[in-house]
Amino acid sequence: MAVLVLADHKDGGITQPTRSTVAAAAALGDVHVLLVGEGAAAAAPAAARIAGVAKVLTGAEAPVLAEPLAALLVSMAPGYSHLLAPASASGKNVMPRVAALLDVQILSDISGVVDADTFIRPIYAGNAMATVKSSDAKKVITVRAASFDPAPAEGGSASVEAAPTAADPGLSTFLGAEIVKSERPELTAARIVISGGRAMASSENFAIIEKVADILGAAVGASRAAVDAGYAPNDMQVGQTGKIVAPELYIAVGISGAIQHLAGMKDSKVIVAINKDEEAPIFQVADYGLVADLFKAVPELEAELAK
Amino acid sequence: MKVLVPVKRVVDYNVKVRVKADGSGVETANVKMSMNPFDEIAVEEAVRLREKGVAGEIVAVSCGPNAAQEQLRTALAMGADRGILVEHDGVLEPLAVAKLLKTIVAKEGPALVILGKQAIDDDMSATGQMLAALLGWGQGTFASKIEKEGESLRVTREVDGGLETVSLKLPAIVTTDLRLNEPRYASLPNIMKARKKPIETLKPADLGVDPTPRLSVLKVEEPAKRQAGKKVGSVQELVEKLRNEAKVI
Ligand SMILES: Cc1cc2nc3c(=O)[nH]c(=O)nc-3n(C[C@H](O)[C@H](O)[C@H](O)COP(=O)(O)OP(=O)(O)OC[C@H]3O[C@@H](n4cnc5c(N)ncnc54)[C@H](O)[C@@H]3O)c2cc1C
Ligand SMILES: Nc1ncnc2c1ncn2[C@@H]1O[C@H](COP(=O)(O)O)[C@@H](O)[C@H]1O
Repeated sequence: MAVLVLADHKDGGITQPTRSTVAAAAALGDVHVLLVGEGAAAAAPAAARIAGVAKVLTGAEAPVLAEPLAALLVSMAPGYSHLLAPASASGKNVMPRVAALLDVQILSDISGVVDADTFIRPIYAGNAMATVKSSDAKKVITVRAASFDPAPAEGGSASVEAAPTAADPGLSTFLGAEIVKSERPELTAARIVISGGRAMASSENFAIIEKVADILGAAVGASRAAVDAGYAPNDMQVGQTGKIVAPELYIAVGISGAIQHLAGMKDSKVIVAINKDEEAPIFQVADYGLVADLFKAVPELEAELAK
Repeated sequence: MKVLVPVKRVVDYNVKVRVKADGSGVETANVKMSMNPFDEIAVEEAVRLREKGVAGEIVAVSCGPNAAQEQLRTALAMGADRGILVEHDGVLEPLAVAKLLKTIVAKEGPALVILGKQAIDDDMSATGQMLAALLGWGQGTFASKIEKEGESLRVTREVDGGLETVSLKLPAIVTTDLRLNEPRYASLPNIMKARKKPIETLKPADLGVDPTPRLSVLKVEEPAKRQAGKKVGSVQELVEKLRNEAKVI
């Protein structure tokens, strides 16, 4: 039986976490990709070109709400053995609802596929990895993108069809969104991430990190403390309850290294920590540690990189 | 309107858990247990809604071992009016918890159920959405703001890229994100008062729910360990190492 991937798309493109989800799904069967929401049709050609995708289905172009989307996925479920989505805000919102409607236990945030019934998932903020076998007939899954190399963006030539329609249960209405526009790469897709913590002390000070990010082509992240204090927007939070990233290079600036933060970045290939406290726990996971005042070190870093 | 708040007993967020040597799970004996932090935010929000005159009675529910009474007492000390313990010693997955909560909702008739967005032990982030599905209610997950408007609820949600606002028909489900509020500490007099508040105890069988897990845990392992690297003496040295040793820039 085929497997269905619910895609996240943006500006006519398919997000990298979705391509990672396609890679995870490819081990389970023929991959069909479902696109819904504004811009779904425009993103269909990009989805069809992803290596390993057999079919693309496009649905309604209205703002995406969990209740009607879950109804649609449930109506499509009989044709699929597995339903997957990236563990993004939208995947995490809708997939558990789908699972409950199908009377199956969701497999959240998987980091490995062992076989069609057996998956690996992190628990306790990634301090333990559980291998679990599902006894449910159908599997509903969200995928930790950082754990799977994305399927190549080019190489496929899938057919594109209209998805079926399902009735909107009319339980909620979309009122609006405030989406931060940024020229920088997405946190979960960037090759380099530089994050600031509480020590940044203000949102204006984040500018010194942004300058380094611009030189490196990096995404900017933040600790929860920095987000709570209003220095950075919520979607920049890296950690157990924020975004999970695994870039080639992660630079932690003025971040202590709490378990919950490490949970979101400790699978990065190379970790750099800049902190004035040489005892800060972040140094226990850093490949390169610099004990320094960030307000001196970060501008120096900018100057050195610009050379 | 009555508000139901499910609260989970979990290993305290400050504890670094250890994987058991036999790979059967993590060590929870003699480890500090607390209310799941997102559930404290849920209780706090319910209490604030009552303070604004929006919420009426607040009922805290926990599904788990007898010791989960401690977390219910914490909820009562924060301001919940009474507690319900669904006592069960084995593993409870989100689907089973959602089924148990559905029966409690049927008995209690709340207009709003506020859950945490995620339990920090299983990291499932699923129970609220599953309960909403089973009840056929609307859901406002990862909420950073809740306002009642007539017979509906306006919920601001933390999503990828920023914020989104939805309006939910009541009754509805909300799950809390970190920025919704900052939970209060229970005062000593309120802790004393909480001791006298009632806690009803039920069993899954009383509610007609089979809580058998659908997932069997084959093994639990430690993640790959990271070694601490080296300290560099200067920014120049750092950049040189990143260029020539790590080759990442
Ligand atoms: C349920 C729950 C979920 C959570 N989820 C997350 C999450 O997803 N992500 C997350 O990040 N956190 C999360 N946390 C919070 C986490 O526990 C920590 O509180 C948080 O990560 C601390 O952020 P910080 O390192 O920026 O701040 P601090 O711990 O305050 O560290 C600041 C660091 O900056 C250093 N410093 C200060 N001044 C300077 C200077 N001038 N130059 C250089 N260094 C300096 C200090 O030495 C210190 O190490 C969560 C907590 C809970 C309870
Ligand atoms: N055993 C439980 N008892 C009461 N509430 C629970 C239980 N398990 C989960 N919840 C609620 O569901 C939320 C999300 O949990 P989870 O889906 O396990 O990540 C928690 O924050 C609680 O509000």
